[in-house]
Amino acid sequence: MALDSKIPQGPLADKWTNYKNHIDLVNPANKRNIDVIVVGTGLAGGSAAATLAELGYNVKAFCFQDSPRRAHSIAAQGGINAAKNYQGDGDSTYRLFYDTVKGGDYRSREANVYRLAEVSTNIIDQCVAQGVPFAREYGGLLDNRSFGGVLVSRTFYAAGQTGQQLLLGAYSAMNRQIGRGKIKMYNRHEMLDVVKVDGKARGIITRNLITGEIERHSAHAVVLGTGGYGNVFFLSTNAMGSNVTAAWKAHKRGAFFANPCYTQIHPTCIPVSGDHQSKLTLMSESLRNDGRIWVPKHKKDVEAIRNKTLKPTQIAEEDRDYYLERRYPAFGNLVPRDVASRAAKERCDAGYGVNATGEAVYLDFAAAIERYGKEQAHVKGLDENDAALVKKLGQEVVKNKYGNLFQMYEKIVDENPYETPMMIYPAVHYTMGGIWVDYNLMTTVPGLYAIGEANFSDHGANRLGASALMQGLADGYFVLPYTIGDYLSDDIRTGPIPTDTKEFDEAEAEVRKNIDHLINNNGTHSVDYFHKRLGKIMWNKCGMARNAEDLKSAITEISELRAEFWKDVKVPGTANEFNEELAKAGRVADFLELGELFAKDALQREESAGGHFREEYQTPEGEAMRRKEFQYVSAWEYKGEPKDAVLHKEDLVYENIQVKERSYK
Amino acid sequence: MNLTLKIWRQKDANDKGKMVDYKINDVSPDMSFLEMLDVLNNELIEKGEEPVAFDHDCREGICGSCSLYINGEAHGPDRGVTTCQLHMRMFKDGDTIFIEPFRAKAFPVIKDLVVDRTAFDRIQHAGGFISVNTSGNTIDANAIPINKEDADDAFSAATCIGCGACVATCKNSSAMLFVGAKVSQFALLPQGQVEATERVLNMVNQMDAEGFGNCTNTGACEVECPKGISLENIARMNREYLAASLKG
Repeated sequence: MALDSKIPQGPLADKWTNYKNHIDLVNPANKRNIDVIVVGTGLAGGSAAATLAELGYNVKAFCFQDSPRRAHSIAAQGGINAAKNYQGDGDSTYRLFYDTVKGGDYRSREANVYRLAEVSTNIIDQCVAQGVPFAREYGGLLDNRSFGGVLVSRTFYAAGQTGQQLLLGAYSAMNRQIGRGKIKMYNRHEMLDVVKVDGKARGIITRNLITGEIERHSAHAVVLGTGGYGNVFFLSTNAMGSNVTAAWKAHKRGAFFANPCYTQIHPTCIPVSGDHQSKLTLMSESLRNDGRIWVPKHKKDVEAIRNKTLKPTQIAEEDRDYYLERRYPAFGNLVPRDVASRAAKERCDAGYGVNATGEAVYLDFAAAIERYGKEQAHVKGLDENDAALVKKLGQEVVKNKYGNLFQMYEKIVDENPYETPMMIYPAVHYTMGGIWVDYNLMTTVPGLYAIGEANFSDHGANRLGASALMQGLADGYFVLPYTIGDYLSDDIRTGPIPTDTKEFDEAEAEVRKNIDHLINNNGTHSVDYFHKRLGKIMWNKCGMARNAEDLKSAITEISELRAEFWKDVKVPGTANEFNEELAKAGRVADFLELGELFAKDALQREESAGGHFREEYQTPEGEAMRRKEFQYVSAWEYKGEPKDAVLHKEDLVYENIQVKERSYK
Repeated sequence: MNLTLKIWRQKDANDKGKMVDYKINDVSPDMSFLEMLDVLNNELIEKGEEPVAFDHDCREGICGSCSLYINGEAHGPDRGVTTCQLHMRMFKDGDTIFIEPFRAKAFPVIKDLVVDRTAFDRIQHAGGFISVNTSGNTIDANAIPINKEDADDAFSAATCIGCGACVATCKNSSAMLFVGAKVSQFALLPQGQVEATERVLNMVNQMDAEGFGNCTNTGACEVECPKGISLENIARMNREYLAASLKG
């Protein structure tokens, strides 16, 4: 099967407008006869469900949480990008497009990214109209800040809770439609399979997580907004329930899985504290606007810090190595995430890590506190040379900007980050890879769509900060509602899809078979036992730096672990009740397959690009070395076992941007 | 440290439920409270017993899933945190810890420590929104300047995570802090004015229909709220309600 990305003809800037002018539409009366299933209620799924319902389709929305408002988009902190150019600092649609393609290390699709940049400005207008309380300046207009990998301030934010505020906005739009009866909401439901009829996606099988009941739901199209798969690493910044199951089941039903190895390891997370740890906590990238990253210059200081005989605040300025400012003077502490993470790893591997395990660097606000404090003292006509006063005023400014993050840090680490630098280390955060989609956001299964983090399309090999929220809402509010209409215009006479057919019978039987196996297995170890082992393999062999030998052994180890899991996992309780262990077991079973494909993809991609760093392919300075012959999307077709997956290539053509060495120096 | 846990176990909504004792050893002070329960659950599973069911997801204090009543306090003894952010360093070796679900008539128990909080969703369906289509064809965002103080207050109200600690804490099981926060967010913004009358009436009516109690100004909800939602929001909602009733 040849991959057709269905990119419209014409100049880049006109593609989306021309496309919208020429697609088939469904008239309002006919929309009432068409059902759409949306799985996942984060920014992508929630905004899509609300918009489709508003257009007149009958929407059934599903989430595994107890309320759509709790989807993990809620935890996004720093902000959302939009090419508004409110700051007059030279921003434009083209510049946002350019930054995103370059930030993604030239591994994303031009036309999709341009469309994303184009609709970004509508998102801000829309959210403000919905009552999203973005941060404002004293004049009453919206405030912006800067994020990694760009030279303008285009990020809109709501303190360190931007994801929460945007999700509550999408949730409120859903609430309006739920109240009108246009969305039927299924909380605490997990999707366990896609049902295909005559080659088209026509429904899903779900499990009610309270009663255990297996249910059939039909529709004319199915939309997956089910997020990323970072939890394949066990430890990540994802929520405990975030999983790949919906995407993986879709893959097994024929949706190609693209670039699974592209994973974002976020540079500023709270370091691991011990074996009991269940998840890692992100400290927003926005902190790099004001925080400076460093390690001691001398090994003797590192030793003393580890022995707790020296405090970081006692190390003189000239004995500190601000390694990002040293290596990347143009972007400094605001280099993109992949670059910042690798640089932290490089220092720690060289023996300069500042915690007991040697896996932490400092993020220091002392300079920012002093700068802001002096500014405030000046504004208020106070003494700029009074160090205590300056510190107090500066801390107030920092508290206003990042208060919730500082509080979160203090609660976890038990240290006051206003007084001593934070300790941070990279952690798995976001997955750029995902289900392959064409320009319409349709997968290789007709009628099956993937939006938001669940698809692969916009971020290439590395996502820029504050772009995930932008993509989720762009897909859900402004892209999918158009593109899906073009497909559904063929379904105006189809009528309701029955669920008492052999296709639904077969899918349900398969789901029940899996559940029965897990419940009756009676093994010796809990689900977490296997999940943690998988996570260790992934982190050690498919993490921040990869090589052929490790990846080969990861493939073998994961496949052995999977066999062991099916033989030896122990799931207590029964299938017909609230049973979190059963839900977890199903998710980990899918991670055990995805993990192997992930390693296979990383092995096949013999280059370094963005978050995918192959030790064999680096420049003499240790930077990622892209290779022209890998300028394609790897889309994998399911063939039974992950090792048998077949590779399809979508060549990436850059007509509007010059592919250059990606430099932040 | 070594601890004794007294945990509420209840098979399903129809079961009567009871407290059950568990011993747990070698708890690290750096563990979060939920990580301590993870360890207990893994021990129970490997022994062939049923693990304790509890709601949790983001584990960074923002999703509002976790909901335990610990030693008589919603989200436990620390201030300004959810249960998932509570760390074991708040406890001492040899402590006995009581762990119960959030209790309220409007929050029926589903299993063990898991309760049904969909009443909160239904209140939001009744009016927790501004009726604007999601076409993107609205006016430019900066065409609506908003006084920074109002914008900041609206934001503070909007940081409510919908966990239900206010309801669990209130002796009347009142949801007024939650509803007050939502009403306030919109009441403080110009975009929210058009539907203000209907919104507050519909949300308050739904709140009453769900069986939440009334507010008697004790203020315990504000103390226990992990996000520090202010009582001013209740006062603002009452003003809005009164004004709406007079209009209506």
